[in-house]
Amino acid sequence: MDGDLVKAIAELREEDALRIVAERLRAGEDAFKILADSRNAMEIVGKRFESREYFVPDLVYSGEILREISDIVKPKLTRVTQFERLGKVVLGTVAGDIHDIGKNIVAFMLDISGFEVYDLGVDVPPYKFVEKAIETQARIIGLSGLLTLAFESMKETIAVIRSARLQSNVKIMIGGGQINEEVRKYTGADAYGADAMSAVSLAKAWVKLK
Amino acid sequence: MVEKTPEELFRERSKRFEDAVQLEVPDRVPVAPNFGFFYAKYAGITPESAHYDYDKWAMAIKKTVVDFQPDMYVSPRMILLVPGAALDIIDFKQIRWPGHGVSGSHSFQFVEEEYMKAEEYDAFLDDPSDFIIRTYLPRIYGAAGPLKMLPPLSSMMVGYAGVHLTAALARPEVLKAIEALSKAGAESLKWRSIMDSLHQELTAMGFPSCAQAIAVAPYDVIGDFLRGTRGIMLDMYRRPEKLIKAVEKVLPMQLQTGIYIARRSGNPMVFIPLHKGADSFMSLKQFKTFYWPTLHKLLVGLIDAGLTPWLFIEGDYTSRLDTIRDIPKGKAIYHFELTDIFKAKEVLGDVVCIRGGVPNSLLCTGTPQQVKDCCKKLIDVVGKGGGFIMDSGAVIDEAKPENIKAMIDFTKEYGVYA
Repeated sequence: MDGDLVKAIAELREEDALRIVAERLRAGEDAFKILADSRNAMEIVGKRFESREYFVPDLVYSGEILREISDIVKPKLTRVTQFERLGKVVLGTVAGDIHDIGKNIVAFMLDISGFEVYDLGVDVPPYKFVEKAIETQARIIGLSGLLTLAFESMKETIAVIRSARLQSNVKIMIGGGQINEEVRKYTGADAYGADAMSAVSLAKAWVKLK
Repeated sequence: MVEKTPEELFRERSKRFEDAVQLEVPDRVPVAPNFGFFYAKYAGITPESAHYDYDKWAMAIKKTVVDFQPDMYVSPRMILLVPGAALDIIDFKQIRWPGHGVSGSHSFQFVEEEYMKAEEYDAFLDDPSDFIIRTYLPRIYGAAGPLKMLPPLSSMMVGYAGVHLTAALARPEVLKAIEALSKAGAESLKWRSIMDSLHQELTAMGFPSCAQAIAVAPYDVIGDFLRGTRGIMLDMYRRPEKLIKAVEKVLPMQLQTGIYIARRSGNPMVFIPLHKGADSFMSLKQFKTFYWPTLHKLLVGLIDAGLTPWLFIEGDYTSRLDTIRDIPKGKAIYHFELTDIFKAKEVLGDVVCIRGGVPNSLLCTGTPQQVKDCCKKLIDVVGKGGGFIMDSGAVIDEAKPENIKAMIDFTKEYGVYA
């Protein structure tokens, strides 16, 4: 039965998934277990996205199914249990740029891959990244930007972050439609990611560093 | 050598483009950087002045074109730059523009929302014009809110009995809304007349424009302007039939607009910026189901009308090259941004003219020598046998002027076909 829900979500069968959730709640099942199954399903979705079997609309749709399930299930949670997290990432679209599609996909992929994501939204001034990194002790910061104007903005943001002297091991990644190695060098970022999958692998590699 | 007259230059430049489009070998590789706000930045005016001071904006474009001498220039109409005063008057919601939500030194940016709700497909399909006037405009123009109070437009289809319905137009709020639209229209006219003079002036100096007309892929009309990226992605799963009906409904409208503006302007090129069909936005199967069929009909319709579609293919289309190969030979331009342009030449080189190739990041952060190296490779490989136009991948807002100069001058010198 657990497998049914995981499968329904992973195969993006929205109606089936919601029906199974309703049935399991009626049968008196622990809400936390349903959420845990949903997370397992999202991991499968993430893997299929990595292997290019799934595309962004599949991610968006699976996220929507997950949201619906959470809305139903969360009020019924009897205990607050945190899922184990790999690490923390502060993420945002840099000042001057209000595009968020790419950033949201990265946030989503990091989240379902086990990271705690602090998404600061769009048009984020440099000091906000610093504040959040101090508050959360996050060691990874992700800067997003679609427009070429974001290059300057990323450079400034990175300069501000570096001058704030956070923990010495804070790592900064950048990403966005026009971002490549030249831009990475220009902005002084530690790495760039061509897509959401590279953001996840960078983050996974970085949390292993002490 | 006798200097060429502007008329000769104009003909020569136009011919160079035509040859490239028709997959014949021109005298040399045409070069036309896709200027956007670069015009303003190069000429030293802010994007805010570009929006609000129409004369300054026209001067900036002229200065850039004269200084760099591209083979064709990007018309201000292509930059989708709406006069700031008109945006103010109608209280436009769908973009943030310099001084209004983005800094005065940045270009305008879209604000994504579900301007048409998922449950409104039927209203749109039943009567798009009514939906646009009474539901859509009130959402995207703050000042058009009172248009919600109008009776259904089709209710006037009853001759004398419909006359009473004009009462709705006498309501003070509605009257105010109409006045605002009319004032915005006056700004738009003022803008247009200045841009028309600029166009005439540049034409007289021998510079053709890349295009005057725009058409939008039907899927992007729904995705960009009505449903938003997220909304339309969910529609592919939850209401695929309605989405397909909607794109089919939009197709003849876009075709008609493209043909009308292109014919009126006398420039056969129709600019079609593609947004939401790229590799990263949908699977190939979804592309073939929702995106390509109506885009393909739009292209064929424009070609049948004797026009030249210029597809500005944003994002990566490397996986779709075989699909988009299905187009009449020598009739269109495919302008690539992140697609592997060398692979594009292999797959499409015998069918369409390929444009682009210079990464915007290189123009921003590279050196003139790096730009020249990049252009050399493009000319050697993609330019081989004709059918290539040198351009940047995306719209140029920021770039080092010396890199733009290197791109243009080097192409003129090295891109000559023996």
